[in-house]
Parts: sequence; C-alpha cells; structure tokens
Amino acid sequence: MSDSPIAVEHGPELRHHFASVEQQRDAASLGMWLFLATEIMFFGGMFCAYLIYRMWYFNEFAAGSRSLNLKWGTINTIVLICSSLTVALGVRAAQMGKRKLLVILLILTIVFGLAFLGIKGIEWHEKYEHHHIPGASFDATALEKPPYSNGGIDPSHEQIYFSLYFAMTGLHALHMIIGVGIFAFLLFHAWKGRYTPQYNTPIEIGGLYWHFVDIVWIYLFPLLYLIDRKPLG
Amino acid sequence: MFDNFPLWPARASTGAGNVDALYIFLVLLASFMSLAIFTMITVFALKYHRRHGREAEQIEGSHALEITWSVVPLAIFMTIFAWGAVIYFQERTPPRGATEVYVVAKQWMWKLEHPEGQREINELHVPVGRDVKLIMTSQDVIHSFYIPAFRIKQDVLPGRYTTQWFRATKPGVYHLFCAEYCGSQHSGMIGQVVVMEPAKYEAWLAGGTTSGSLASNGESIFQQLGCSTCHRSDTQGRGPNLAGVFGKPVQLEDGRIVVADENYLRESITSPSAKVVSGFKPIMPVFQGLVSEEQLNALVAYVKSLNPASAGAQQQGPKE
Amino acid sequence: MATAAITTEREHYLNKEYGIRSWLLTTDHKRIALLYLISITFFFFIGGFFALLIRLELLTPAGDLVQADTYNKLFTMHGMVMIFFFLIPSIPAVLGNFLVPMMIGAKDLAFPRINLLSWYLYIIAGIMMLHCMVTGGVDTGWTFYTPFSTAFTNTKVIEAGLSVFVAGFSSILTGLNFVVTIHRMRAPGMTWSRLPLFIWAHYATSIIQLLGTPVLAVTLVLVVCERVLGLGIFDPNRGGDPLLFQHLFWFYSHPAVYIMILPSMGVVAEIVPCFSRKRIFGYQAVALSSIAIAVFGFLVWAHHMFVAGISLYSAMIFSILSYLVAVPSAIKVFNWTATMYKGSVTFSTPMLYAFGFIGLFTMGGLTGLFLACLGIDVHVTDTYFVVAHFHYIMVGGAVMGYLGGMHFWWPKISGRLYPEWLGKFAALIVFLGFNLTFFPQFILGYLGMPRRYWQYPAEFQVLNVMSTAGSTILAVGYVLPMVYFLWSMRYGKIADENPWGAAGLEWKTASPPPTFNFEETPEVTWEAYNYDQIPAPAEVLIER
Repeated sequence: MSDSPIAVEHGPELRHHFASVEQQRDAASLGMWLFLATEIMFFGGMFCAYLIYRMWYFNEFAAGSRSLNLKWGTINTIVLICSSLTVALGVRAAQMGKRKLLVILLILTIVFGLAFLGIKGIEWHEKYEHHHIPGASFDATALEKPPYSNGGIDPSHEQIYFSLYFAMTGLHALHMIIGVGIFAFLLFHAWKGRYTPQYNTPIEIGGLYWHFVDIVWIYLFPLLYLIDRKPLG
Repeated sequence: MFDNFPLWPARASTGAGNVDALYIFLVLLASFMSLAIFTMITVFALKYHRRHGREAEQIEGSHALEITWSVVPLAIFMTIFAWGAVIYFQERTPPRGATEVYVVAKQWMWKLEHPEGQREINELHVPVGRDVKLIMTSQDVIHSFYIPAFRIKQDVLPGRYTTQWFRATKPGVYHLFCAEYCGSQHSGMIGQVVVMEPAKYEAWLAGGTTSGSLASNGESIFQQLGCSTCHRSDTQGRGPNLAGVFGKPVQLEDGRIVVADENYLRESITSPSAKVVSGFKPIMPVFQGLVSEEQLNALVAYVKSLNPASAGAQQQGPKE
Repeated sequence: MATAAITTEREHYLNKEYGIRSWLLTTDHKRIALLYLISITFFFFIGGFFALLIRLELLTPAGDLVQADTYNKLFTMHGMVMIFFFLIPSIPAVLGNFLVPMMIGAKDLAFPRINLLSWYLYIIAGIMMLHCMVTGGVDTGWTFYTPFSTAFTNTKVIEAGLSVFVAGFSSILTGLNFVVTIHRMRAPGMTWSRLPLFIWAHYATSIIQLLGTPVLAVTLVLVVCERVLGLGIFDPNRGGDPLLFQHLFWFYSHPAVYIMILPSMGVVAEIVPCFSRKRIFGYQAVALSSIAIAVFGFLVWAHHMFVAGISLYSAMIFSILSYLVAVPSAIKVFNWTATMYKGSVTFSTPMLYAFGFIGLFTMGGLTGLFLACLGIDVHVTDTYFVVAHFHYIMVGGAVMGYLGGMHFWWPKISGRLYPEWLGKFAALIVFLGFNLTFFPQFILGYLGMPRRYWQYPAEFQVLNVMSTAGSTILAVGYVLPMVYFLWSMRYGKIADENPWGAAGLEWKTASPPPTFNFEETPEVTWEAYNYDQIPAPAEVLIER
C-alpha cells in the first residue's frame, strides 16, 4: 500500500508512515522512554507525599516499617532482580534470533512476575490479619516504636504510613500485572516466531517497561521496609 | 465620586490604603501597557495596510530590541514584586499586643470568641484603632475568612490554626465573606464586621453576657480534663510545667527545637506524641476528637495566659 | 448523489473511504482530528450551556433560578467540562493532530493507533463525565479541594475523578505522540530552526502534558482511594494534610494553563506573519519563549496558594518566580506586534482573531501581574477578579486562538472557504461579547465579590447584569462559526491548495490533503516564514 520503495524491501512490520525500519525503531524506543518519564512523575507524586510525611511522622513510619515482613520483602526484591536478568537475556536472545531461548526466558519472567505478586498477596493478607489496613478496623496498638526514640505513636499518623504503603505497593503491583500482561502478549508472538534479529522492537520496549517497574521496587523496598532496621538493642 | 459606581470597597483598615495604592499603580501600569500595545497594533495595521506597489519589508528581528523588552518589563516586575511583598509581610505579621479573637469556622457559620468571653455568630464587633489578631480554625472543611473593606483574607483550615490581623480605622458595618468554596451554602456563609467607636465598643462588651473570659474557661477545662495532675506548676509533674512556655523555643526529645506557637500548643493537645518535650515520656493521651474546637481554643488561650510576659495584657495573669 | 463531478474528483482523506467504520477505526491523523473536532465541539456547547445557566442565576442577587446545590454542580461541571474536555484537547487534539505531521512533512504521527486510542480514552472519559452529570453530578469545584471532596460532599466525586484521570491519559498519549513525531519524523531538511512556531508551541505543550498530567492522575487516584478505602493522606482528621493536595493539584493545574494557551500562541505566530506577508520578528526568541514558558511554568504552582496557609517565605519565592514566567509571555506579545511593522497587513478573519487574541491575552497577562503580587492577591484571590483573569487567558486567549486557527486552516481541512463577511462579523461579536461579559468581573472582584457564590449582596447586581448580557452576545458569537462552517462544507467556495498565500508545508499539498498528506515526501530547503518567496494571493480573495 505504501509507495515508498524502501518499504517493499522490508517485511510487513514496517508501517506505512515511516521512511525506514530504523526510524520506526527509534520512534518506538523514544516513545517508551517518554512514557517512562511520565511514569516517573506518576510515582513521583506519591514519593513526594511519602517524603513529607516521613519527615513529619518519623516514629510512626519507623514503627510501620518494622511491622513489615522483611523476609518476604527481601525475597521479592531478589525475585524481581532475577526477572530483570531474564528480561535482559531475553532481549539479547531476540536480537540473536534464538526463538526457543527467548520463549523460555519470557516464560521465566512471567513466572517471576507472578511469584512477586503472590508474595505481595501473602504480605497484604498478613497486614489484613494484623488490622494494619487503614479504615475503621485499623489498630496500631501492637506496633513497637523505635527503641531509641522517646516519642510516641499517633494512630492517625500511623495510618498515613499504611495508606502510603498500600497506595505505593498497590500501584506498583498494578504495574506488575500490566507487565505480566504485556509479557504474555510478547510470549505469544515470540512463540509464533514474529521476532527476528531485524525486528525485535516490541521485546526491547517491553523490556524497558519491565526494568522500570523493577527499579520502582528497588526504591520502594528500602523506603518502606528499611526505614529503621537497626538491630534492636 | 463613585458612590453609585464604586471601583473599590470601603477603606476601613490601616492596610487597605496600602493595598489600594499598589492596586491603582498596577491599574495605571496595565492600562498604559495595554494602550501602548493596542495603539501599536492599530497604527501598524493601518499604516502598513496592504497596498498596490508596496511589498512587505522582511526583517529578521533585533536582539537589542528583544533584550530591551525583556529586561525593562523584568525590572518593572521586580518593583511590583517588592512592593507587594512588603505589603504581604505587614499583613502576615501581627503586631505584639494585639487583641486575640478566636474564630471557628464550620459549614456554614462563623463562630467567634473574644478574649473577654463574648461569643458571636457571623458577626464580629471590633473597636476602631485597636490591633485585632484572628486565630482561626475549622471544624470541617477549608473556609476562608475575607473582609473586603480591610483587604484581608486567609484560608481557615481544619486541624491547625491560621492567623491574620487588622486595625480598623472607620466605624461602620462591613461584609464578612467565606471565600473558599465549602459546600451547599457557601454563599450563605457570610456575616458582618461591625467597627465601633471605642466607647460604644466598651458598652457593647459590657452588655453581653459571658461565662467568664476565654482563658478562665480554659482553666476550668484544664482542671476538668485532669491536665493539671501532670502539668503542675512546679517541676515535679510528669508533664512539662506550662507557665511561660508560649512563644519560647522548646527542646524536643528528638533534638529538634521548635517555637511554642499556637499551632504547637494545639498539636500538643490533639496529637501529643508528635513533638515530645525533651526529658518527658510520651504518656499523654490523645485528645483528638475528645475536645471541641472551642474547648481547644480556650485551652490554648489559657496556656498562653500563663505567660508572665504575655503580650495579651488584657488577659488575666497566671493563677497559682 | 453520485454525480459526475464527484466521480471525477481527486481522492483525498475525506472521500477515500466512506462509512462509519472507516471513521471509527481510522488511524489517519486528519480523520482523528475531525473526530476530536466533533467531540470537543459537543462538550464545548455543554460547558457553554452550563455557563449560561450560571450567568442567568447571577442576574439577580437572590438564588432564584436554581437551587444552591444545583448551582454548585453547574460551576463544577462547567469547569471540568471546559478545562478537561474542551480547552486541553482543543488546539492540540484538533489542529495539532491535523497539522503537526503535515507541517513537518510526515505522513502521519509516529503512533497512529495510539492516536486513535487517545481519542477513545477521551470518549470513555467523556461518557463517564456525562453519566456523572445525568446521575447527579459533582459539586467540589473543578479543583477537588480536600477534605471537602474526600470526606464531606456526597456527590459523585469518584466518577468525576476517574473521568478526569482517563481524560488525562488521553492527553498524555497525545503529547507523547507529538514529541516523538517532532523528534523522529521530520522531512529531510526540516531542521529544528526551520520548524514552524506552531510546532515549537506544541512541542512545549507536549512536554507539560507528559510531565504534569501524571501528577494530577496520581493525586486523583489518592483522592479516590481516600473516598473508597478510607486512606487519610489528604484528610486532617486522619493525620493527612489538605495543603499537600493543593500543592500536588496545582503542580499540574498551573502548567495546565500553559497547555491551553501555548498552542494558541502557536496559532497566532502562524497567522500574524501570513497576513503581514512577513517573516516573524525574532524567530528564535518566540520559539525559545515557548520552551521557557513550559519550563518556568512548572515552578510557580503555589501562587494559587498565597492565602492557603503556606509560609511567608515560600509565598515570596513563588511570587518572584511567577514574575519570571511573565517575561517570555511579554516577549511573545511584543514580537507578534513587531512582526506587523513594515508588513503588508490585511484584515481577514483569522487576522481579526489574532488581533483579538493579542489584545485579550495582553489584558489577561497584565492582570496576572496583579495576582502574582502578594499584597494584591490576598484581597482579590478567590474573587471574581480571578474569574475574570483566567477567562481572559483561557477564553479570550485560548478560545480566540482556537477560532482563529479553525478559520485559518478550515480551507485546508474542508477544502472549502467560509463566507468571509460572516467570519468577520462573528469575530467582532465574540470580541465585544467577551469583553462585556468578563471586564465587569474585574471590578466585581476588586469590590470583593467572592467566586462560586450562588447569591450575592444586592450592591453587586449592576455589574452582574452587564456580565450576563455580555454572555448572551458571546453565545451568539460562538454559535455563528459552527453554523457557517457546516454551511460551507456543502456550499462554500472551493479552496485551492494555498488560499492565503501562506508559508508552511501544509499549504504545499492539496486541500483537502490526500491520505498520506503529500504525493511525495517534501524536501525542505527554505527557512520558515519565507514570505518574500511566496506570492500574495489575489486581492479579491482576501478582501472579498
């Protein structure tokens, strides 16, 4: 349908309005980077709220942080780092045209992603059982304040910590769910052999998205879990 | 001159004239600038209107001109900024010794309480020539306390105090508006400010029935709630001695030093653990939701009255 | 209807395919622009209808036409519809969509399917908003201030918030598409310094859309969570801080003003050189001032909060920064005016709108100096002075620019000319009606009439009557163009490819353009606004 002679030489993946495959790939990749800039601002609003309240309500934040399950948090961090590795290897596999390897790596990524979500679910359930979910049944009495601090714990300020905890991890989990969806889509097409050394932009930009979601967690983990983990003594 | 078609509201406070002077300056400046631009457009459009035999002259631009019309406006802007900032600074810094009136806003009503204990709803009586500081808070949503004749406005927030001040200069009755949208009857949340000659004001004060001054009400609440068992007037209490605390820097448990202003006193009642005084334990119960805004105001007024050097000279001194 | 004339007609984007599917599933940026045009016009008239009801209510001091709650919903829905469903998409999504690829010599935007997706998101958001309206509406004001919106009102905040959230994503995707297109899709020879200023303006706008909108989105998510799940981030009763909401809200919503006005500035920068037959005065300064506005625009948000309870010193910093953002705006006004100097000026309809824009924007901008000034702002903020000021910018400025642009590019969009005398007449009506509506509100504001008042003291009535009278005139001025644009689609004179003798690649292809814009990709060897090389159109056409 295109009158451009270049388009005829290339496969059907070149859309009519681009002059060349390179231009198309550059555009897609720039688009993804810009989208990630948008995402940074999106999470940025919450990080801003987090910083302000953490400054004001440090004791409550420290106490809330202590109540999180460090074991699961750490495991989840490792799971996500592994998933980033499989994504990076997957991009390479796609570039080298190794279809089978690509499919395996994409499956692994999805498994890691689901594992992360499952563990997150366990943690949230724990919070639910401890009445740490903001709302009418919120109960902060069992929380221990930092031992070196003489300040107290104000339940309404403690709720702010858990509000932010659920808002931030919830939003991150939502991004993970979207990411798993994207990778399922990529897996389907990879399995059909659509990605070649010449054309693998979707894997590349899907990977960018996945890495971004990982990086958000790399910030969330210390900010939420490690506020005050000095050994009790 | 503009009785039937006024261009500004009555000028009834010491600050109003300053604001109007700047406003008139800005109106003149804006009119001059608009006229200059309109004239240029008209002149260019007519003088260089399309004619046979004359082509447009292509001009690239001129950095000199562009720099001129960026730097000159910038200089003018900075002047305006400085002038406005000075006025704002004055508006936001209440003088020492101002009479303190407590304001509680709620949907859709203003409740005011004078230091002598008079309570008013949607009306504020003040004498001419006295500095009045409003210490305001809201029971529900954000409101805004606006008196056009004094050119002052300040949002009133739930959970904290905001303040503003004025000195009325002209007796009369002026509008009091809520200027921050607050729900159904936002436009009904209006009242009036009655500025009176001092003698008439004293008469008005004497005419009202009160149950004692704000600070003395605060004192009885202080006793009722059992505050006095810990906040004793010696150093043996489990809580700090409150005499002379107001307006002073306080060393906190976490090393910070804060000034004990109205908002500090308020927070120390509603959320005591937020700022614990150095050397004390966070054992005070939370009073958030247990005391009404009016009771809070009375407590704050009482603690402030414990200051021997209290600026509010008309308030009663510390009681032992 | 298949007459011989039509069968021999040249193929272009309008007649290439017919049928509803060819429109609803199109990925052609020009067709999507028209989809947007129809939808934003629809919302414009809904918002305008609310505005008329507001003005009618304010004809008398007593609240007699509608109930207080209804009035509160009217101004809320007026604001939300006009801002999120008309002004923000107006020029970018209609004219920008249509022109950005053409002006840089591309066949389409970089992501045509995302472009269509953004229209669908807009429509989903619009349907949510309409549903919210007919099932009870929302009464928080378009600003959603907490804790009123989260803990007190019992109207449909959640639905309205989510609707704005979705509309925001539509806006983000449009901005993303523009930035990528401008970076990656320029025709050979179309360097950055040869870009039309319309493109620079859209580039700056897109940056704000990309970086500002997500902050609003996350803020609204938190508001919705606060209502649904009982989080307390903005509610002082639950430990939160309502001022944090205001900071986050205005971090987007102040730059959003530049999303609305920058594209209009871009339009004016195209119209003025064309009808002065001259290169724009100081191309670089005008281009860079767009970027400067976008950048500084992010640093001034708290000037909406001078009486909200922020500290004395932060108020001073935000005041001084607000004055800095006024400088690039001033440069633009002076440069447009200087462009006419020694030109060859004609008064065609788009030029009249451009004059109107410069005049009204100047007044809006100058009154902005009042509001950025701390001492004055305390008195006039939250009064009708603010209402007048932002209508001068957003209606006097943005809508004037939009209408000017619609007239300027209508021959390109439709292939037809509108009746010139009607165009001039409508421009005049809009200008007069606008000033009569909004100028009295400056005085009202300084007199102390607060905004969002359903009833008001009787002394304010005279000015309110003037304002209401003006609004009816303004309404006529807005209906007229719609009528004669529709009329011209069938009966208007056929336009050739460049009826105004304008510079710019979009005028180098047929009117209406073919589906891929150009028969062959153009190669640019000239600077922008090379009016010395373009013959002026015949006298009769311009002055007919």
